Amino acid sequence: MTEADVLLKLEEIFRDLFDLPDLQLDVSMSADDIDEWDSVNHVMLVVQVEREFKIKFHTAEVEEMKNVGDLVKLVVGKLGKSTPR
Amino acid sequence: MSNPELTWLPHQPDWNECLRRVTALDKASAWSALVELANVRLDMMATTKLDRQLLKLFKQCPVNLETKPVRLAVLGSSTVDHLHAGIRVGTLRRNIWVSLYQGNYGQYVQDIHDDGSDLHAWAPNTVLFAFDARHLLAGYQVGESSEASEVRVAAAIDHIVGLWRSARSKFGCDIIQQTILPIHPRLFGENENRLPGSPAALVARLNEQLRKCALDEGATLLALDHWAAEDGLTAWHDPAMWHRAKQEVHLAAMPMYGDIVGRILAAQQGKSRKCMVLDLDNTLWGGVIGDDGIDGIVLGQGNALGEAFSEFQRYAKDLSRRGVILAVCSKNDEKNALLPFEQHPEMILRRDDIACFSANWGDKATAIRAIARQLNIGLDAIVFADDNPFERNIVRRELPMVAVPELPEDPAFYTATIARAGYFEGIAMTAEDAMRTQQYKANIERESERHSATDLPSYLKSLDMTLHWSRFTHSDQARVVQLINKTNQFNLTTRRYSTDEVDKLLENPAALPLQMRLVDKFGDNGIISIIIGYLKDKTIDLDTWLMSCRVLGRQVEHAVLGIVVNEARRMGANRLIGHFRPTEKNSMVAEHYLRLGFTALPDGSGINQQFELHLDAYQALPTFFVITEN
Repeated sequence: MTEADVLLKLEEIFRDLFDLPDLQLDVSMSADDIDEWDSVNHVMLVVQVEREFKIKFHTAEVEEMKNVGDLVKLVVGKLGKSTPR
Repeated sequence: MSNPELTWLPHQPDWNECLRRVTALDKASAWSALVELANVRLDMMATTKLDRQLLKLFKQCPVNLETKPVRLAVLGSSTVDHLHAGIRVGTLRRNIWVSLYQGNYGQYVQDIHDDGSDLHAWAPNTVLFAFDARHLLAGYQVGESSEASEVRVAAAIDHIVGLWRSARSKFGCDIIQQTILPIHPRLFGENENRLPGSPAALVARLNEQLRKCALDEGATLLALDHWAAEDGLTAWHDPAMWHRAKQEVHLAAMPMYGDIVGRILAAQQGKSRKCMVLDLDNTLWGGVIGDDGIDGIVLGQGNALGEAFSEFQRYAKDLSRRGVILAVCSKNDEKNALLPFEQHPEMILRRDDIACFSANWGDKATAIRAIARQLNIGLDAIVFADDNPFERNIVRRELPMVAVPELPEDPAFYTATIARAGYFEGIAMTAEDAMRTQQYKANIERESERHSATDLPSYLKSLDMTLHWSRFTHSDQARVVQLINKTNQFNLTTRRYSTDEVDKLLENPAALPLQMRLVDKFGDNGIISIIIGYLKDKTIDLDTWLMSCRVLGRQVEHAVLGIVVNEARRMGANRLIGHFRPTEKNSMVAEHYLRLGFTALPDGSGINQQFELHLDAYQALPTFFVITEN
């Protein structure tokens, strides 16, 4: 999966989770740009991303995640490492 | 690791579309539409989406709802807000509207004890205490004296019971107490309880005490420790989520957690289901009674599939013993449908276990309406168990208030699926339940004698064993052939018979083909012993004597010999001849005939040893069986 593929899939998750059907997700976006992206929803976002991509984040990685771009890079990195199913 | 799932609920492909359409409906239809959308196998995301719609449309309780609105405060020592969506949806699933108190993190003591707290102003009618294990065990000391551990447990319990009492006196509310999730790793191992101060052992002790105190104080438990055992701890708890968000219960377990809260709240309003309506073909037995006949259906001992159906019947029977009404709804001729209940020896459910028996060719929705009328219960009190997706879907569509579990294809999992759904959630055994159970009380008392049984004879005597014997029957033929062809150990000659050969025995007037079924107070063991003899010159030649090893050591053979002797006399014989043909596997019966009082004959060979018993020398051996001819 390329960064663009991941971003597209993340956009779906964000739209669903934050109930924003028209959201255009951008790598520069952070919690400051999306009102619904509060700390409670952030936890759910992380869990949902883990479930959708069948990956698991390191505790430290979640701490360091600052914006959508960080999230995309993390997911792409994890998918690259995982053995194909 | 997979998170707990609502396995009994069906998937619905157009669920998202239906959810979107709800906003266009009027209030009353919107509520029922949401209830139906809640009765689908929802995951965390779907639950969140449904909850969002619910909050938008029903800030207030819908008018004319027949259930009572609940004002629930979930008070925890760590994060509990992430469970709210699950609780609202789990409650919606049962047609109940709930309002949840939004408390401050970990402020439960102030909430309860401070008369000026927000909670007092909010006035809950139910309080759920959800304490995390780390909080309750704070300050534990591994290796402390066991007395100190006991004091620690007692203090924690006093604290909790004190909260129950305060909450009840201040709000007049119902109390729900979550048991403690066993998150602590073991330090000592399999015998963890031997390490004083072990946190894992303390949690186990706390849960034990909570169960006792909840009963005394009239609090209702939410047994989270059970669910960790059922699904695995990792399904319910993720240490990363704890460190990240102080969520002890995994966010992805929220739909299941909410469903459990929902079933408790429904039970408190008397809204648990009361009746299980059962389909017959491929639900209570394998096959179709109308096509396959009494001999063709698959049920009972000796066949894995048959045993799975038996176990489901056993579960239904156990439910009926705790007060759940059973009914039958089958597309069948009534005569055929009744046949197994009247004649099949492996049936666990009997006709008199069934309060209402509906077998006809009409549609099942109509039949279930008639059953509800006849039993004078609401359709919302009914669970309908049917293996056939077609029938399930039609009943769901016609009668959405009937619960229709999504039975898995394999009957081995019917029981687990229905149990997981919590349809029959109980709070307290009512006087009525107890009355229904009373007749079984005597049996329970008899079972407890097993513990006092010290020597073999009194143990065997306490088993209340009955040996049902008969000549071979058509309905048991499959089991008989199977036993003959797979029994290797307790088998004197290891002589195999095909189905055809067994068939011929039934016609042969000189043959003595006997089957033995053993029933004891723990249940029916099925057919466990086979004898085949042939009459020639006033002698019964015992060609086959075999027994299932499951019933070894019960002196079955003593009773069987008595039966054989009687039958031999009836056929005009005065002597029995037995054979022992040694194999690699049957040495356990080398002494069989000698032990029964036969004498060895000199003309036998090593590979076919022979023994004889003159019937006038026969002396009955002690047995502990009631012997019945079927």
